[in-house]
Amino acid sequence: MPDSTIDEYKIIARRVRRELLDMVYRSSSPHIGSSLSIVEILVALYFRCLRVSPDKPHDENRDRFVLSKGHGCPAFYATLAHRGFLGSYVLSGFAVNGGILEQHPTCNVEQGIEVSTGSLGHGLSIGAGMAIAAKHDQALYHIFVLLSDGEMDEGSVWEAMMFASHHRLDNLIAIVDYNKIQALGRTNEVVNLEPLADKWRSFGWRVEEIDGHDFEQIVSAFEKVLLQQGKPNVIIAHTVKGKGVSFMEDRLLWHYKCLDQDEYTKAMMEIS
Amino acid sequence: MRTAFVRTVEDLAQKDGNIFLLTADLGFGLFDKFRAAYPKRFLNVGVAEANMIGVAAGLALSGKNVYCYSIATFLTTRCFEQIRIDLCYQNLNVKLIGAGAGWSYGLEGMTHHAIEDVSIMKSLPNMTVVAPGDPVEAQAVIAESATYRGPLYIRFGKNNDPRIHKDLPDFRIGKGTVIDRGNSGLTIIASGTMLPTAKSVLDTLASRGLMATLISMPTIKPLDESLIRECATESQAIFTIEEHSIIGGLGSSVADTLMDLNYRGLFRKIGLPDKYCPAIGGRNYLLEKHYLTPEAIADRISTEYKQIRREIAV
Repeated sequence: MPDSTIDEYKIIARRVRRELLDMVYRSSSPHIGSSLSIVEILVALYFRCLRVSPDKPHDENRDRFVLSKGHGCPAFYATLAHRGFLGSYVLSGFAVNGGILEQHPTCNVEQGIEVSTGSLGHGLSIGAGMAIAAKHDQALYHIFVLLSDGEMDEGSVWEAMMFASHHRLDNLIAIVDYNKIQALGRTNEVVNLEPLADKWRSFGWRVEEIDGHDFEQIVSAFEKVLLQQGKPNVIIAHTVKGKGVSFMEDRLLWHYKCLDQDEYTKAMMEIS
Repeated sequence: MRTAFVRTVEDLAQKDGNIFLLTADLGFGLFDKFRAAYPKRFLNVGVAEANMIGVAAGLALSGKNVYCYSIATFLTTRCFEQIRIDLCYQNLNVKLIGAGAGWSYGLEGMTHHAIEDVSIMKSLPNMTVVAPGDPVEAQAVIAESATYRGPLYIRFGKNNDPRIHKDLPDFRIGKGTVIDRGNSGLTIIASGTMLPTAKSVLDTLASRGLMATLISMPTIKPLDESLIRECATESQAIFTIEEHSIIGGLGSSVADTLMDLNYRGLFRKIGLPDKYCPAIGGRNYLLEKHYLTPEAIADRISTEYKQIRREIAV
């Protein structure tokens, strides 16, 4: 991948970060850290990998993306806006009285939102159902499901993991945003997920482990998994909660805390 | 009723290539024919109800028409949140088929007794709740379900349910049926697996010279309010009979409607008590223990009915 392309993605990621900080600051919304950790993944998906188009949102053969960690939606909405699915007036209706977008996504295919999420542990089963439908219809689209690491505590995720490998859903790609901090603490202190990659492998999945902020690695992982056959694929993306804002990075506080004016100004300066 | 269900789904699947049938590892032998005929549209997801509902949602979001089968208690409570968010909030075309209404699985014990399922499903926006009362109603509701929009919970007993209707050409989800029309100002409204009992109650009352009206009300949500209005106008006494907790089932829905109508007559709910069944036994044994046989119900109804007739006369 040429450096110029990577530079382009980096510029988009910066814009998405600024946009999402604007949204959460305006609306005093939480989950900033969980949004900042997935920006590169979303930009790579929407500007490189997913075959989707705002001109044809209902195209039957479009790839599907499921934000199973629905609380990361500020980053998702900002990415959809930059990709042309959402107008800026829609973003201004984020998390305000009488607004348009909630702090967890509601299904609206026109806007590029395939599934309603917000309670953890639902998305992978839904993605598996979509993958079964695609196989049945002999359609060639792929289904990407982005999970949080805390979400991996939910038993339903493991039900879906078994189901997907049993049915050899090689059109299903899970991505784990492994920022290693969940709502009340570090994942290894709450309920240790390790050895996470081995657990996925033993459930019959092919595993890629990458730095979830390195476009080169993200894109190459996507390209690799799209060619794999016979098994579902998971990309374990090692990320940093609050990525891009020094005082938020790897800090539990920014799972829930809202920005005050000084913090907002400082964060925006860091990202420009 | 289960057999009527599966035969009807087989017919539908033959006409509609989008019909999928999912089970959470239950229904031994029931789906053999479907599975053999449509192996790609039959999925046993294993003992994993939450995943079944999620997979059903994914299929429905991809344009499929999905039926999910399990025992009523597991199907409605183990995966409640998946039903709430994935199916009801997104208003998807997924049909939940729950077997074992009320005490149908009597000896299996409390874990298999479905006494709260109607109440729970009824509380969900967008959800339709139907409890067919005999194989004819079961077949009619499944036949209509194929083109019905949105999530639908259909509650069955086990098997060998007697047939009450000869046929039902005018069956519609959301509509009740007058089975017998009496002349005494007494109406019995029954739903689901208690319809045969209610029919026997009616016959017992008739043998005692009391000609009551019997309505079968398979759809509990949305309730056939115009039929309830008709009952309220014509009746001095209304009884509901159901195999569900007296909290939140058919009786509660009818009560809500009667309240709105300012109904002044006698109204009583007959159903299962608000407790986990303390007795051990098969369905008929448990019903007998709780005075829910046709004779016991007929006694109760005629006593209460005579009481109000006396009060009216005074």
